[in-house]
Amino acid sequence: MLQLTNIYKTFNANTVNEKLVLNDIDLELNRGDFVTVIGGNGAGKSTMLNLIAGVHYPDQGTIILDGEDITKLPEHVRAKNLGRVFQDPMMGTASNMEIEENLALAYRRGKKRGLGWGITKEERELYVDKLKTLDLGLETRLSTKVGLLSGGQRQALTLLMATLQQPKLLLLDEHTAALDPKTASKVLELSQQIIAEQALTALMVTHNMKNAIQYGNRLIMMYDAKIIFDVSGEEKQKLHVSDLLEKFEKASGGEFANDRMILA
Amino acid sequence: MNIILALFGAASQGLTWAILALGVYITFRILDFPDMTCEGSFAMGGSVSAALMVNLNLDPFVTLIVATLAGMLAGLITGFLHTKLKIPAILSGILTMVALYSINLRIMGQANTSLIGMNTIISFVKNILPTAQQLGIRDSVLQTGVTMFVGFIFTAVMIIVLYWFFGTEIGCSIRATGNNSAMMRAQGVNTDGMKTFGLVISNGLIALSGALVTQSQGYADVGMGVGAIVIGLASIVIGEVLFSHVKNFAHKLIAIVIGSIIYRAIIAVVLQIGLNSNDLKLLTAIVVAVALSVPVLRKNKGLVRKEVA
Repeated sequence: MLQLTNIYKTFNANTVNEKLVLNDIDLELNRGDFVTVIGGNGAGKSTMLNLIAGVHYPDQGTIILDGEDITKLPEHVRAKNLGRVFQDPMMGTASNMEIEENLALAYRRGKKRGLGWGITKEERELYVDKLKTLDLGLETRLSTKVGLLSGGQRQALTLLMATLQQPKLLLLDEHTAALDPKTASKVLELSQQIIAEQALTALMVTHNMKNAIQYGNRLIMMYDAKIIFDVSGEEKQKLHVSDLLEKFEKASGGEFANDRMILA
Repeated sequence: MNIILALFGAASQGLTWAILALGVYITFRILDFPDMTCEGSFAMGGSVSAALMVNLNLDPFVTLIVATLAGMLAGLITGFLHTKLKIPAILSGILTMVALYSINLRIMGQANTSLIGMNTIISFVKNILPTAQQLGIRDSVLQTGVTMFVGFIFTAVMIIVLYWFFGTEIGCSIRATGNNSAMMRAQGVNTDGMKTFGLVISNGLIALSGALVTQSQGYADVGMGVGAIVIGLASIVIGEVLFSHVKNFAHKLIAIVIGSIIYRAIIAVVLQIGLNSNDLKLLTAIVVAVALSVPVLRKNKGLVRKEVA
């Protein structure tokens, strides 16, 4: 479904701030995989997602999505196959626009936009049905400006927008990191539910090891620009947070102990 | 009596300049793009319209269309500089604006062009009506009335067109691009294209306004665009401050038009008081600064109160 081959990415090349963020990454996702990605700060998780989405381009290597080489496609062109939810709840929606306007923008992802009306009557009914599934009461607030919603509501809406047109790949970039624990778990449950319903292929970056183990059928761990651990199926289900910490410590040669608190 | 006549004139001027304010609104507010091109494209609209009428004897209506297209081209160039060559927004506009100064001189072949004795859309409408004598009013009053009528028709049509356009799929995409361009790219929209599109429409409107102003005042001047951006902003912020509760897009546009008329009224009153017309730019800048600071001052006041409590 998704193949990353020999991906390299360096930021600020030829400066004192030069940083190799992805070092020869190979990753293959099968259709229907729900992969969680963990790793410390600067391990390259978000960069990997951004390369897939086209925010940045790799220095080397190829990205193939469903048989199509998208390595050099501009972000807005490859968007037709991708659903994305960001860490910052402000980033996935247009705050000055109404809930229904945001949904209508997302509903046209991958379609030609012309001089027809931005929202039609039939769509509104669809949006009401979809919003009901979020169970946040948003279905009665179609013309509310998104800027008035809470972070959790905005993330839930973004999730809905990302999957309104079924994407080939759903990219969740720490999409619950900015939410309080209760809201975060609600948004995670919602993500799980939508992924299961539409049988989506998904990549979810998270800082939370428990979540990484709990959700998805496969887990990859990144450290220092490389994938250091890739586990799926039954083996993944048997994982414990302590196993992951051990892996981290081994990979980092002990220096990782300080970060233990943060990651647990 | 003088002041009433002055306010009558202000209303007619406000309506011809209102389309400029609508154009500035598209870039400044909808696209969040501080577009300085406006000063050049406003003068360009006037220059093109005047030059075509005087040199080629073209129909005044046709010159309005050509002037609008010329303004759109100016917007396209700014869009190209910004999106393709990655020049910062404000500088892209300034570059086009400066370049247009020379181009406008080329278009007219001189620094200003008089339309005395030429047929303009104002004289066209005036000729349909009975003469001032028959109506028993002064000719200048009739002239002002006709200008007001023409300005009203053009502004009304533009508001209807803009209201429709920004409700379409492309229009919604432009609005969303100004609000959150990262999100729009994630939704598959070419945000560079949308920004350029917005600049094209905005500068087309601004040039149309320049052409209308030229035809109503009877001359084009290469310097007529100086301060246009501040005048446009003044109209917008006056409209926004007075009608801050307005939510509907069409109402917002109408608020800007009213803002434009009020701005002209303020100027008229100040001139009646005896201020020199050379002081107008300073005055305009102060009006904009004050109007822009109103929301900030309100907020600060609120904060202070909270702290005390």
